[in-house]
Amino acid sequence: MSVPSTTPRPVAANSVWPRLEPLLPQVTKPIQYVGGELGAVVKDWAAATVRWALMYPDAYEVGLPNQGVQILYEVLNELPDVLAERTYAVWPDLEKLMRAHGVPQFTVDAHRPVRDFDLFGVSFATELGYTNLLTAIDLAGIPLLAADRTDADPVIVAGGHAAFNPEPIADFIDAAVLGDGEEAVLEITTIVREWKAEGRPGGRDELLLRLARTESVYVPRFYDVDYLPDGRIQRVVPNRADVPFRVHKRTTMDLDAWPYPRKPLVPLAETVHERYAVEIFRGCTRGCRFCQAGMITRPVRERSITTVGQMVQQGLEFSGFHEVGLLSLSSADHSEIGDMCSGLAEQYQGTNVSLSLPSTRVDAFNIELAQELSRNGRRTGLTFAPEGGSERIRRVINKMVSKDDLIRTVVTAYTNGWRQVKLYFMCGLPTETDADVLEIADMAHEVIKAGRAATGSKDIRCTVSIGGFVPKPHTPFQWAAMERPEVIDGRLKLLKQAINADRSLGRAIGFRYHDGEPSLIEGLLSRGDRRVGAVIRRVWENGGRFDGWSEHFSYQRWVDAAAETLPAFGVDLDWYTTRERDELEVLPWDHLDSGLDKDWLWQDWQDALSEYEQDDCRWTPCFDCGVCPAMDTEIQIGPTGRKLLPLTPVNGLKLPTGAQQ
Amino acid sequence: MAFSQGFTPHPKISYASAAPTGVASEAEYLEIGLREPVDPAQLQVALDNALSPGLDVLDAVVAAGGSLADRIGASRWRMELPEVAPAVLAQAVAAFTEAEEVLVERMTKQGRRTFDSRGAVVSIDVDEGSATPSVASAVPCAILEMVVRQVTPSVRPDDVLSGLRVVAGLEPPVAPKVIRLAQGTLTAQGVIVDPLDADRDGAAIGGR
Repeated sequence: MSVPSTTPRPVAANSVWPRLEPLLPQVTKPIQYVGGELGAVVKDWAAATVRWALMYPDAYEVGLPNQGVQILYEVLNELPDVLAERTYAVWPDLEKLMRAHGVPQFTVDAHRPVRDFDLFGVSFATELGYTNLLTAIDLAGIPLLAADRTDADPVIVAGGHAAFNPEPIADFIDAAVLGDGEEAVLEITTIVREWKAEGRPGGRDELLLRLARTESVYVPRFYDVDYLPDGRIQRVVPNRADVPFRVHKRTTMDLDAWPYPRKPLVPLAETVHERYAVEIFRGCTRGCRFCQAGMITRPVRERSITTVGQMVQQGLEFSGFHEVGLLSLSSADHSEIGDMCSGLAEQYQGTNVSLSLPSTRVDAFNIELAQELSRNGRRTGLTFAPEGGSERIRRVINKMVSKDDLIRTVVTAYTNGWRQVKLYFMCGLPTETDADVLEIADMAHEVIKAGRAATGSKDIRCTVSIGGFVPKPHTPFQWAAMERPEVIDGRLKLLKQAINADRSLGRAIGFRYHDGEPSLIEGLLSRGDRRVGAVIRRVWENGGRFDGWSEHFSYQRWVDAAAETLPAFGVDLDWYTTRERDELEVLPWDHLDSGLDKDWLWQDWQDALSEYEQDDCRWTPCFDCGVCPAMDTEIQIGPTGRKLLPLTPVNGLKLPTGAQQ
Repeated sequence: MAFSQGFTPHPKISYASAAPTGVASEAEYLEIGLREPVDPAQLQVALDNALSPGLDVLDAVVAAGGSLADRIGASRWRMELPEVAPAVLAQAVAAFTEAEEVLVERMTKQGRRTFDSRGAVVSIDVDEGSATPSVASAVPCAILEMVVRQVTPSVRPDDVLSGLRVVAGLEPPVAPKVIRLAQGTLTAQGVIVDPLDADRDGAAIGGR
């Protein structure tokens, strides 16, 4: 038998593949570095005028499903003269081998060195990816500090929610984009294309200046931070004549005009989400005071039911996924969610396609939706997020749900056949006492008692899941003090005891928690200023990697690095985390405009302390948070009154064009 | 594609003796259950189109019955050993061939196991003459070809390499490159027959 001839894998001219391949048998899950997924795009390097490397700074299994990176990857690759490839954080085993063999940070698409690209875009959903950013920059052979880079290095652009305060990584990035990325990457591409066509006048400095002049790209090097003797910031001012005092966030309006992803990536290695995800709306005005996402993505912009239906149909046909996730910050709030769920359930009845609504609020309407979604037999878990244990603390955080509502909702779920519900809470919220947290135990006990009474069965369970609160920039809680990890851990211990105080009820209640130490570090990074960059660098030099993974995260390494670096600036870890700020303090992100009026945020913080609730502007008059007038945007919601039509089933095989016989 | 019945339906797909991670292969086989009959030639094109470059679907046939696993009795492997002189390898192979049994150790999911690496080896030859390594290089490179029976616990090319170390102290300075060239039914003459041959009516359906 002769060896069959197979198509050789195309190897790009600047590919590191020949050097990378021999290392792969020596590392765990080598498939994650191979690329070539369905939906992946490899373009001719020489034919492209602007080249982007896009990174999600976590492992492939977490990074690949990221919606933001997939959208930008597709939007950029649709342009004929633009090339975009993806890169992810490599695990320490491969990092070590790459250093030993001189293999640089590479893209998974064509295995090209990241340093060869014009732009290196990094999307931060969480601040815990900062050390992975440093690994990638260093492995790429790019100078760690933006100030040391030359025209031979790509421009490093940060995006994602953490980019609303990029000050802790200001020394390491060249630019940051606040807000929606679709139009921002196109604008940046245009600027780079023109600058290159003109023969790169003025080099890197001129390019960064052109980006800064858009007023929506923040270039940290063009701003100086002055400090007061007590360590607080005195002011942040431009150090160049023609850069704006404030940089504004981007808002993409009319989501129907941006129906991405159209060609979702289908991973080769196992990933955390394997589904076709479609955003049904962006923004949220529920006004939960701890929620940064809800504050920085205003106003609400819905995607219409018909566009969602079309995207689902095309996305499934392209990818072959069996699960559809209808994403948003609070999916049941879409004005046509009922028709959307029943329409999709109808269309996919009798197939293997299941639907899920990841973020939902606590009310009985959700049970109806969940019934629709489980038509194909797969009954996914139900999660409700009261967030706070007592009515009082829920008024503080503006999470308007009463205990009675919650119990009624959960009991409805039990009587409709669900055996298990998950309740999500936070610990360490502003003004919180032990008593507030202990009420979670009462709530869980009552849920089980009512559930047993309603179903006549002992076979029902609930899980209490609780995490530490982290105050975030651009929220009313940006001034709040964090609780110390010992206090958090003490409350969690008390709560556990209280849940198990009744042995019969306690047996039906699962308890999951995250301890307080990682939250404190997340708090340092989320509200940090440029001085925190020294801590990040020290942690990274001492081996800090993958800080979002509990098995890699070392609290002690962060505490030690903070103790070594911060005293030189007259501040310390507590100063950044457990200290309450006052109204007039200049916050590190005050020059970055999320549209929210700082006076309104302060008023909402005062309302939180006096336990005053704030309604949603979708159903009550505008309360002047400031976003719409500042950003020239408006609420875009339905109902459109349209319905999803039955699908004509697609039969047979999906063949490439021209291969039909 | 067809799915199993039940609460969490799984796609009906099974892989017969997949090559170990890190080993190249020109001959992998799998069985899938479909919801409805399709033209195998079109199926081959559709699957090939959906898979990554380098994962090429070469042929598809309608299974006439019996399980694929039953038709896979042996594999032919080729191992390139850079920086090993062919004569040194030939000596080690001779010692290995003469042995009745060569015990080796490997970590498996059940823990460390000791088993015989010799019995399953039907043939093992140092490839001399026309064979050239896949990457041209100034350093010597010995090439091994072997036919190994499918047994439990499986004997993989790296186990045979361990066996060569046990009998002759062969220690390759660099990691070898291994390719599976073929797998299928082993005839009495020691020839590997394409496991899909039995389902073809004389002519190959998918075409090569």
